[in-house]
Amino acid sequence: MRHLAKRHELRWAAGILLALAALAPLPLAVRREDVLNTVFLVLLSITLAQSWNVLAGYAGQVNLGHAAFVGLGALVARTLWIGGTPIVLAMGAGALVAAAFALAIGAAAFRLRGAYFAIGTLALGEILRTTVNNVLPEISTLPTATIGAYRLSHRYYLALGLAAVSVVAVAALSASRAGLGMQAIREDEEAAEASGVGALRLKLTALALSTGLAGLAGGLFAYYHISYYPSHPFSPHWTFDALLMTFIGGVGTLHGPVLGAILYVVLKEYLAVRWVDFHLLIFGALFIAIVLLLPGGLVQAAERARRLVAR
Amino acid sequence: MSGLAQQLVLGLLIGGLYGLAAAGLSLVFGVLKVLNVAHGELIMLGGYGAFWVVALLGLDPFASLLLVVPLSLVLGLCLYWGLFGFVVRADEETRVKNSLLIGFGLALALHTVAVLLWTADERSIVTPYGGAVWTVGGLSLSVVRLVSLALAFALIGGVHLLLTHWRWGKAIRATAEDWQAALLTGIDIRRAYLLAFAIGTGLAGAAGTLVSVGYSISPSIGLEWTLKAMIVVVLAGLGSMIGTFVGGLVLGVAEAVSAVVFGGPYREVVGLVIFVVVLVVRPRGLFGR
Repeated sequence: MRHLAKRHELRWAAGILLALAALAPLPLAVRREDVLNTVFLVLLSITLAQSWNVLAGYAGQVNLGHAAFVGLGALVARTLWIGGTPIVLAMGAGALVAAAFALAIGAAAFRLRGAYFAIGTLALGEILRTTVNNVLPEISTLPTATIGAYRLSHRYYLALGLAAVSVVAVAALSASRAGLGMQAIREDEEAAEASGVGALRLKLTALALSTGLAGLAGGLFAYYHISYYPSHPFSPHWTFDALLMTFIGGVGTLHGPVLGAILYVVLKEYLAVRWVDFHLLIFGALFIAIVLLLPGGLVQAAERARRLVAR
Repeated sequence: MSGLAQQLVLGLLIGGLYGLAAAGLSLVFGVLKVLNVAHGELIMLGGYGAFWVVALLGLDPFASLLLVVPLSLVLGLCLYWGLFGFVVRADEETRVKNSLLIGFGLALALHTVAVLLWTADERSIVTPYGGAVWTVGGLSLSVVRLVSLALAFALIGGVHLLLTHWRWGKAIRATAEDWQAALLTGIDIRRAYLLAFAIGTGLAGAAGTLVSVGYSISPSIGLEWTLKAMIVVVLAGLGSMIGTFVGGLVLGVAEAVSAVVFGGPYREVVGLVIFVVVLVVRPRGLFGR
């Protein structure tokens, strides 16, 4: 059974990577910036959703302070990049800082279980957001020379590469022994401990991977946006977005967050154009409907549909 | 020194509202094991409800509680029937996750409704006696906020009495303690869930009313109040209404002291840091069992 599931996941990984490869020539073929921007947002969202999925979907820990790590990644990457560091190195540094911070607080945070972990991390995210807002109240705008040299295609390719990295990371995790251990913790932490799984070590591994990817996503955002308030990437809506996309698609699967990210971004953009004023109302209602009617997300819905057809 | 004393008084006054805001959340979380992250949005709606009652009917803002609280109770019933009633059917782990999801969806929807109905501006209810100040020993006490504090305490005390003396109140407490045992003794736990959720929403409505009278509301205050309420719930632990009220006062005072020591912008940060520390050191709360 496990063997089959693993092959299933690897097939999905190959499929997603092929689809991403097919998107590579898009900037050459399409000149419309709005299309490229939307695809960019989808790719950024895939990374964001996968990063959250690692900890919640595999290790079963609902982190509501995810935005803190997106924000740290953005802050470090933006500062280094404007200072002259190549963007890839700057983003890497951002990811390292985010993961290091996560590990520093991880042991304490994992003393909390279930809903308390969720509340605690939510508070942690708000601590960082408020502090950054107090320390850096000024808007961060790129220097004129950088704006002059701004190419959307560069951001696009970086986003494409990052989405591929996140998919490969989750695929490798789900096929690994560590990934299996995390899933055991998700199902029953005491039982996992009793059968020799080092729960804390694995949870910290998942946390580091998750926050490192979040830091990369933040770095990409810092590279993409011309001007924003430094506290913006710390805003809790990054956490909510990641959570919504992951659950809409299917938490704890490889392809769920990808499908969720596509649906989420496209739907949100479409509704925003169609019903400017109350698109968030429709969106919120739709989202609630998905949670109530399809608790396992799109992945489970597809599974059910397939079984119905097969019958 | 009198600056500090004045801040402490202000902290106590707002702390009562923190307690009231947290009481509803604590009840829902303790009984249904559902974490309603849209609790702050329910407070926000209560505030606007009072705002409307005052503006359209010309009632006294404190008297508007008599309308806002029943309306909030009805809203709570509807939300339970429409949304959260489905969530409580799942096992506890799934319950927390699904309630987070539904809460976020609900918060998004309610926020948008509020912006459409009342615009994104900050508002507060202006009363003829709003500026009245009572000076005691060099400290100035806003009469409106003092009355708010007293009402908050009265409401929480009332719910405490309901939970300890009313038949269904006892059923709610039994369900919170151990729903399986409650079910075995013949308690209709779905009814207990429904009542607890409705009372929780009613408390949120009352808190919103008092916030809009003594302070100010805008469609985006939801998350801030949800966080305050969560902080107090964790400080106080589950299971005691009076403990929750005290927890609210503690948070108000802690914020006030930190505003004096570290400066205004950091009052929120200090509150949150205290919260995280308490959470890690005493996961069941300062007064929890």
